[in-house]
Amino acid sequence: MKILVAVKRVVDYNVKIRVNADNSAVDLANVKMSINPFDEIAVEEAIRIKEANKADEIIVVSIGPKENQETIRSALALGADRGLLMQTDEETQPLAVAKILKYVVEAESPDLVILGKQAIDDDSNQTGQMLSALMNWPQGTFASKIDLMDNEVNVTREIDGGLETIRLKLPAVITTDLRLNEPRYAKLPNIMKAKKKPLDIQQVSETGIDIKPRLTTIKVTEPAQRSAGIKVSSVTELVEKLRNEAKVI
Amino acid sequence: MNTLVIAEHDNSQLKPATLNTVGAATKLDGEIHILVAGENCDTVIQSAAKITGITKVLAVDSENYTHALAENMALLVTEIADNYSHILTPATTTGKNFMPRIAALLDVAQISDITGIESIDTFIRPVYAGNALATVKSSDSIKLITVRGTAFEPAITDNNNAEIQTIESGDNFAQSQFESHQLTLSERPELTSAQVVISGGRGMGNGENFALLEAIADKLNGAIGASRAAVDAGYVPNDYQVGQTGKIVAPDLYIAVGISGAIQHLAGMKESKVIVAINKDEDAPIFQVADYGLVADLFDVLPELTELL
Ligand SMILES: Cc1cc2nc3c(=O)[nH]c(=O)nc-3n(C[C@H](O)[C@H](O)[C@H](O)COP(=O)(O)OP(=O)(O)OC[C@H]3O[C@@H](n4cnc5c(N)ncnc54)[C@H](O)[C@@H]3O)c2cc1C
Ligand SMILES: Nc1ncnc2c1ncn2[C@@H]1O[C@H](COP(=O)(O)O)[C@@H](O)[C@H]1O
Repeated sequence: MKILVAVKRVVDYNVKIRVNADNSAVDLANVKMSINPFDEIAVEEAIRIKEANKADEIIVVSIGPKENQETIRSALALGADRGLLMQTDEETQPLAVAKILKYVVEAESPDLVILGKQAIDDDSNQTGQMLSALMNWPQGTFASKIDLMDNEVNVTREIDGGLETIRLKLPAVITTDLRLNEPRYAKLPNIMKAKKKPLDIQQVSETGIDIKPRLTTIKVTEPAQRSAGIKVSSVTELVEKLRNEAKVI
Repeated sequence: MNTLVIAEHDNSQLKPATLNTVGAATKLDGEIHILVAGENCDTVIQSAAKITGITKVLAVDSENYTHALAENMALLVTEIADNYSHILTPATTTGKNFMPRIAALLDVAQISDITGIESIDTFIRPVYAGNALATVKSSDSIKLITVRGTAFEPAITDNNNAEIQTIESGDNFAQSQFESHQLTLSERPELTSAQVVISGGRGMGNGENFALLEAIADKLNGAIGASRAAVDAGYVPNDYQVGQTGKIVAPDLYIAVGISGAIQHLAGMKESKVIVAINKDEDAPIFQVADYGLVADLFDVLPELTELL
């Protein structure tokens, strides 16, 4: 069993981002970047499956500029076996990412592909579903539990009404939700070891895949800021304000 | 050209977010059709036909759609997509699951979670947990869109009488199958459409203490929400989570109790009309967005609040 995990390099979740002065994009200069948190969960899950002797190889793939090697190395430090950077400096939207991942899947023939449910920068929540469609494979999105069997996998999904379990024939695509697991921290010796693990680089431009964006960003603005209101000193005052000032109760 | 709205329902009732999605569709050109795919879902088909603004209901009744599995929904919608310039569905876990699959099969982009419509090809959507708003223009021939319900007024269901057209079921995708579900049963209004939401965070300490919030929700006919930390700790089920990666709510009144106010949480509730925060730490960031802040121990003040309501 071979597992492929897709990891995206994104602005760290603790950073409060700013829109740049000409309203063309979010200002990414000198901002801390990290592995997308959902992808860290995806890597962790793949490692746990391998630790349970249900998989023998974990490949991590990232799409983007050369800096993404760091993101791949961080996944290798957690325990993935080898990395692949599909390098490009162009903007890649989810459909393009899915097409590049399809190319990788066809080359590597994994039995399972795990992605994050959502990248916390574009908040698209699309790529896994798109890859699954392009491969004509089943999909298990927003997974909070993965139960892997020989030719099948049961996926428990977080849905608006609670939880749902579906059964998928392998190969399949799964996307992670927050409750799937709690990722480990990379230990220093493993970070050192990760530097020696194989990391291949391929140029997206050499694959012939059409990655032209379908959406053009016209502008990026900051949302209206909410200003802090008042502090009330007692429950009585709170109820009075809600009744007579805000008129919401 | 015309717009297709894909209805969300549980085979007996339309989900409220469907009406907000029709509300968004009225900002586009052409007729609005609505697709109801389900099993034994006649009451849903009937109520869809009553929505103001709908000219046609496409109805398909088959066991392929009982649980709106993404694979089957995609096989169905790609068959009829060519008739439409826009296809819209609510940005709920159901829509987020099947819509990108349809997009990839049609080789078009999806525009996720829109909060505004500038023109027939230009839309506004939040990115970076709502800390930036992107205005994007689509060059695809079919615009596939998921709609953030709280950003659009719901269409009304009066006595419209749209034509109902039965369509053929699509193929069944054999490699995936529904097994079971565990639904959170509640008599309360649905979180994303409730007028009042009262949410608890890690400060609640455990699941039993959520009874303190229940008592207030009872008085205000509110829904109960939670922060990620409260869900991760197992105090409440996952579907209570409000935030960037949970549910988006915008009630008239949002009460945050024992929640610090991380950006990921604010992303899900900062469009609420009135925000109340109860937290014992006066520096908690939640106070920066609260209209009324009460610095206090929640265990002291919640019983008193229940009493006074
Ligand atoms: C990828 C990702 C996605 C995320 N998505 C979401 C999301 O969708 N929704 C979400 O909510 N979070 C999300 N988070 C988590 C978010 O960053 C915060 O960790 C989380 O919101 C914190 O929850 P909290 O406020 O309940 O807990 P804490 O930050 O621990 O705050 C608890 C608060 O309770 C107060 N308190 C404690 N005891 C009492 C008392 N007795 N009386 C009064 N006040 C008290 C404390 O002063 C404190 O302010 C996400 C994080 C990541 C990385
Ligand atoms: N550039 C990328 N490189 C690798 N994986 C990606 C990339 N973009 C998206 N993904 C994967 O797709 C998931 C969902 O992203 P999105 O559809 O953009 O919200 C992420 O969590 C990643 O697993």
